[in-house]
Amino acid sequence: MNQLYYRPLSARSIANKSLTLFALILTIASTLPLAFILAYVIIKGGNNLNFSIFTTLPEPPGDDLSAGGIGNAVLGTFIVTGIAALIAIPIGIGGGVYLAEYSKRGPFCKFIRFGTNVLSCVPSIIAGVFVYGAIVSTRVISGSTFSAIAGGISLSILMIPSVIKTTDEGLKLVSDDLRKGALGVGASKFATIVQITLPSALKPIATGIILGISRAAGETAPLIFTALFSFYWSQGSQSLLEPIASLSVLIYNFALEPYEAQNELALTAALILIAIILGINIMTKIINRLIN
Amino acid sequence: MSQKVQMQNNKYKPESMISLEDVTIRYGKYEAVRNIYFDIPKDRVTALIGPSGCGKSTVLRAINRMNDLINGCSITGRIVFNGVDLYAKEVDPVEVRRKIGMVFQQPNPFPKSIYENIAFGARINGFTGDMDELVESSLRSAAVWDECKDKLKESGCSLSGGQQQRLCIARTIAIEPEVILMDEPCSALDPISTLKIEETIHELKKHFTIVIVTHNMQQALRVSDMTAFFNAEQLDNGSGGKVGYLVEFNKTDMIFNSPTEKATKDYVSGKFG
Ligand SMILES: Nc1ncnc2c1ncn2[C@@H]1O[C@H](COP(=O)(O)OP(=O)(O)O)[C@@H](O)[C@H]1O
Ligand SMILES: [Mg+2]
Repeated sequence: MNQLYYRPLSARSIANKSLTLFALILTIASTLPLAFILAYVIIKGGNNLNFSIFTTLPEPPGDDLSAGGIGNAVLGTFIVTGIAALIAIPIGIGGGVYLAEYSKRGPFCKFIRFGTNVLSCVPSIIAGVFVYGAIVSTRVISGSTFSAIAGGISLSILMIPSVIKTTDEGLKLVSDDLRKGALGVGASKFATIVQITLPSALKPIATGIILGISRAAGETAPLIFTALFSFYWSQGSQSLLEPIASLSVLIYNFALEPYEAQNELALTAALILIAIILGINIMTKIINRLIN
Repeated sequence: MSQKVQMQNNKYKPESMISLEDVTIRYGKYEAVRNIYFDIPKDRVTALIGPSGCGKSTVLRAINRMNDLINGCSITGRIVFNGVDLYAKEVDPVEVRRKIGMVFQQPNPFPKSIYENIAFGARINGFTGDMDELVESSLRSAAVWDECKDKLKESGCSLSGGQQQRLCIARTIAIEPEVILMDEPCSALDPISTLKIEETIHELKKHFTIVIVTHNMQQALRVSDMTAFFNAEQLDNGSGGKVGYLVEFNKTDMIFNSPTEKATKDYVSGKFG
């Protein structure tokens, strides 16, 4: 037999095939949890899904058969995440612009970069405890304790590092030729950054912001310490100073109740939360396409 | 005959726009160019030539304070523009760059529309007139109007390299500077684009003072009125470093036909460089 022919039973061929199979099995195993979570949430939470749960309020645990809806929790998740974004985006972009464009790459700049990296690894519960200690228990915001604003602040702490980092990295990718071109037609540094450099880095910055938002939207621990929960609609600006419902805290509260109806509502809320986060991630792709 | 040339030389005495007076430029401790003197005449094209690394770009960037952006770059001596020392304390580098625009070696259009590429500089310089008209006239002066007029809304980066470079020239013209600096503007371009840019330069010198760095001696001969020849010499401190200096500055035909320095003669006849 010709030596160049493929021999399916040689030790090398068999080892090759079995390793390929092994890798395939591991790959499937690694995506199984995701598939199970999705299947579980869809099957258990999906049958409860109807339009009225978006318009009704959750009901406190009791022995009645219905647990109500999640309307205020959906709204609350958007409000608290929105507050977090309003705080984190300007601070994060400002910090990133400082690091990439203004700092002289000295020790201070290294310290900030290091700090940002550390902050991005801080467990979210610590952000919650910190805001609880600094804002909730001291009642510094017009005497309020648990509030939507406190919740937004604690989530913004989790968002800021990712916005700083993507802004910094995104700006570093912008070619120096562009900056020189702008300065060469007499643009000030500020005009160059605002009108030339930042728009060129819009794509990574937008991606960073949206990933930060999607992380924040799913957080539970910081909200338990800061926003708490509410069984009512948030109405008017005054309600920003009051406790507010959110999907993640609703899931946490209701999944632990001994009542069937509440448990089912928690799973429906989980399905909605996953759908929202998935939607935000798809939005990144759409925004990136629009920018091109 | 030589008498006649002499007389023409004397008659031809353009007003000086920028004077470099004993300019020495350092990167950190390293001296890149030393003791440069020359006068750049108004509404003429001045070429800077010389082997690479002799400091042509360094000198050019000093003229509109682009070197300020390089950490550790320092300058001694004076560069006088319209009677003002550009490095005096009161001088704002941003204002300097509005009067002395720059075109770079690599075409670097902004990632905006062709129209916005021109409008950006004009707007930040406080232009309040008819922007459409300014865009058209700038593109016309840079000889790219015909290629751009149907796609003003398209990205400047969608043009070819040569068109991009002429767009960059147009956006510099749009800020109505008095001087335009060009650092090897054709080195990234094909011969046809190069010729077009040279034609553009001929047109531009009616209204602008132009300083162009080129490593192409034929180009210097074709476009320039005055030529500064730079060279670099070994430092005698044994460090192996080189320092650039100005060998000769004269009218271009003198530099190419009857240079006074031997180094110039060797360089323009292609013996080194
Ligand atoms: N940004 C810089 N930092 C440090 N040294 C530099 C920098 N730019 C140029 N140089 C040095 O200055 C000398 C002159 O460079 P340059 O002006 O670019 O020469 P040319 O344009 O004639 O080729 C070279 O030795 C180069 O290494
Ligand atoms: Mg150079």
